[in-house]
Amino acid sequence: MPESRSTILQQIRAALGRGPLSDAAAAALDARRPTHTRIAFDEDPVGRFVTRFESRSGTVARVSSFDAIPAAVDAYREAHGLPPHAAVARPLAGLPWPAGFTHHPGPSGVDEQMSVTPCLAGIAEIGSLILASGPDSPTTLNFVPDHHLIVLPAGRIVRHFEDAWALLRALPGGLPRATNIISGPSRTGDVELTIQLGAHGPRSVHVLLVADGSAAAA
Amino acid sequence: MDVSSPRFKEKAVIALANPTLRQALGQSRKGFVNKRAELVAALPEFEALRDQARDVKNHVLENLDHYLERFDSAVTAAGGHVHWARDAEEARNIILGICERVQARTITKGKSMVSEEVNLNAALEERGYTVVETDLGEYIIQLAKEPPSHIIAPAIHKTKEQVSDLFEAAHGGPRKTTVADLVTEARLVLRDKYFKADVGITGGNYLVAETGSSIIVTNEGNGDLTQTLAKVHIVTSGIERIVPTLEDVSLFLRILARSATGQETETYTTLSTGPRRPGDVDGPEEFHVVLVDNGRSKMLGGKFQDMLRCIRCGACMNHCPVYGAVGGHAYGWVYPGPMGSVLTPLFVGLDATYDLPNACTLNGRCQSVCPVRIPLPELLRELRHQQHQRGISPPVQRRALGVWRFVAERPGLYQFANRLAARALKSLGGREGRLRHLPFAGGWTALRDLPAPEGKTFLELWQARKT
Amino acid sequence: MPRVGLFATCLMNLFRPTVGFAAARLLEDAGCTVEVPMAQSCCGQPGYNSGDFDAARALAKQVITAFEGFDYVVGPSGSCMATLRHDYPKLFEGDPAWRPRAEALAARSHELLSFLTDVCGVSKVAAAYTGTVTYHDSCSGLRGLGVKAQPRLLLGSVEGLQLTEMQDAEVCCGFGGTFCVKYPEISGRMVDDKLANVAATGADTLLGGDLGCLMNMAGRLRRQGSTLKVFHTAEVLAGMATGGGIGEGER
Repeated sequence: MPESRSTILQQIRAALGRGPLSDAAAAALDARRPTHTRIAFDEDPVGRFVTRFESRSGTVARVSSFDAIPAAVDAYREAHGLPPHAAVARPLAGLPWPAGFTHHPGPSGVDEQMSVTPCLAGIAEIGSLILASGPDSPTTLNFVPDHHLIVLPAGRIVRHFEDAWALLRALPGGLPRATNIISGPSRTGDVELTIQLGAHGPRSVHVLLVADGSAAAA
Repeated sequence: MDVSSPRFKEKAVIALANPTLRQALGQSRKGFVNKRAELVAALPEFEALRDQARDVKNHVLENLDHYLERFDSAVTAAGGHVHWARDAEEARNIILGICERVQARTITKGKSMVSEEVNLNAALEERGYTVVETDLGEYIIQLAKEPPSHIIAPAIHKTKEQVSDLFEAAHGGPRKTTVADLVTEARLVLRDKYFKADVGITGGNYLVAETGSSIIVTNEGNGDLTQTLAKVHIVTSGIERIVPTLEDVSLFLRILARSATGQETETYTTLSTGPRRPGDVDGPEEFHVVLVDNGRSKMLGGKFQDMLRCIRCGACMNHCPVYGAVGGHAYGWVYPGPMGSVLTPLFVGLDATYDLPNACTLNGRCQSVCPVRIPLPELLRELRHQQHQRGISPPVQRRALGVWRFVAERPGLYQFANRLAARALKSLGGREGRLRHLPFAGGWTALRDLPAPEGKTFLELWQARKT
Repeated sequence: MPRVGLFATCLMNLFRPTVGFAAARLLEDAGCTVEVPMAQSCCGQPGYNSGDFDAARALAKQVITAFEGFDYVVGPSGSCMATLRHDYPKLFEGDPAWRPRAEALAARSHELLSFLTDVCGVSKVAAAYTGTVTYHDSCSGLRGLGVKAQPRLLLGSVEGLQLTEMQDAEVCCGFGGTFCVKYPEISGRMVDDKLANVAATGADTLLGGDLGCLMNMAGRLRRQGSTLKVFHTAEVLAGMATGGGIGEGER
């Protein structure tokens, strides 16, 4: 309600003992780009990413090139006894998937067991992945299937959150509808603080870490 | 939600006598406290981050009108809608209005303390909507028909056996007895609900003025399923939860999980910016943010402004020995522990909440762990001051304070009274040197002996020594 | 020689004069001249913490006046001294006459053990105590004044004394001034938790720097029939922990 908006703003200004900010003051606030303390580390970012991600029960497989992804997916699938079917995000659809493996670009339905998606970047600081939603990366693929496989080129691992924000801001449409920072499998500690994986989202999040220097398929 | 804070003492005593609660609180508190301590010890930047987080929050509060307007514009530019709610009723009506317009039937909810604060569930259920809490802890207490007892671990007071009972009653058998089986059962039941939901309601840990994004931070992924699969996503958030830029978000992400659950990060951090876009195959068709004032703007510019820095991490209650003894329900409203003992009197009034600021030893452990350095003991003392000024404190206490002041302001009289007391108490204490009962000191002697004085006061012995 | 005004805390004055004499001995051993102004009563904290700020101000003025001439004000309590150091300046915020006086007093006010180590540079004492002790960190001293290493440093120099740390030494014992009589059930749970941690150390003596906490814990121990000794740290450091501990009777 418009009158509520003005009432609240008015109350705030009254409490602060001033009127609306001048244009100059507002512009100064808009130009503010703070530099907060970042967490210092001297490890190699890729190594740190892997250690941190695995510390939260995420798993990582290194693959030599994009073309090697289907085989790595197949190996994962067989190891987990999953059927030859997955939701595979569009940028990865053109990979040489084996015969008999069927896939669709999403969205993911309630029965989906596995998805394979790209990501925007890895963040070494805490070992997390950042995924930007869009037609090429539907959000349901990140949360509905039991098994989420994420393709991460090693060169896309940045050091800090701030580096990831720069990538987000540089996207053609600006910030995506959903920006998902994913740090491992879904978990809960809500029953007696006993950690249990697969609360609502994926029980397993598996990163396919593509070696540097391989041609980017996406 | 009803306010049962006037019954704090009674509920505290009941809680103290509950061995199950004691077991649950004991297990869980240790986990949070120890894990936080380990992480903080391993992060040399932590104290600097706390300073910066405090400063950013103060900066936001000083310019809150500006950042709220910027956020409003940015949400609108992203195709979303911002609604401003002066109070709880207005917040409820806005949400009810949206649900009615889209002819909702099933409403899923991620964890939102503001929705508890405005008593949303009752209002929705009254209109016939099916409301499903999806955070496992919230789901458990929804089945138990209880309010949360902790702001980030709402069912922390429940043991596994109690959860088994609740699930068996709600879902039918066979009874699940392991945590793994209980979690799986809830997962299966709730998956269905996400896909059926017309409206998904979540809270908002941070609202980013620069981008118009609302952010949730969870471990379970329930908030994401809630907001992705429903046709309409509604965010409920207090007006103070604004942060200016993504750079500020990094700062808060570095302290939140470490302070809250003792994790380096929670599993999911999600920025939602507007509704589904052209070409998207999933995501909500509508995106709404309800900005709730409900008394917050009145806290600005006054003695309690510092409280508006709160990021709802729960560290204060995890470290509070009183909370650890009585649990969250005794506090009688939405927010328990130290932060609740400040917020509840401010939100629901001083009269109904006498005990909350007083049931505190001012030991300061809460302040020592608060990631945004809220001086909680000082704020609690200020509430006591206001109670005193408004005559809300008990008459017997006021009389005692009056007598104490009269005597203490007269050192000669004070020392005379002390000399008498030293002799009388020593004699009452006898050879044992302690008193088991003492009139007017039942609060002490109910549980403890009173060590008897040595017979003469220090000041008189000192004087004797010198002469 | 620094002239120290000894702040005779209410509980020490009434219940445990030995602690005052122990403090005086430690200060004199550190080269201070110790005086005890007779025009003192209470620091005002009970009023302050009960929300009666006027009463607290009245007593603060009395303390400020009584101790204005000393180089330092020292007391054997983290709680009272934190009131002088932190709360007095706040109580007189916006008062041009009293604020500077409160700040001047605050700057010269110290808890006993931190004064001995941090100001006087004392790092050891000439005392002996036979026993295994555990030390409770009282909250005001710990969080208000940073008293943590100082008592441990000095206790480490006591001949025959073995210090064993308890779990959760930094957690409140449940005293909290009027809290313990207003909320006896909660306080009781807190003190029992504390004493369980004390017992788990196997120590025969419990030490601390604040008589409020010590009387709370000693009172509960006696009620439980425990014979664990309880002393103020200053008593041990001054070699005066020779008679009965707190709540133990005939000495």
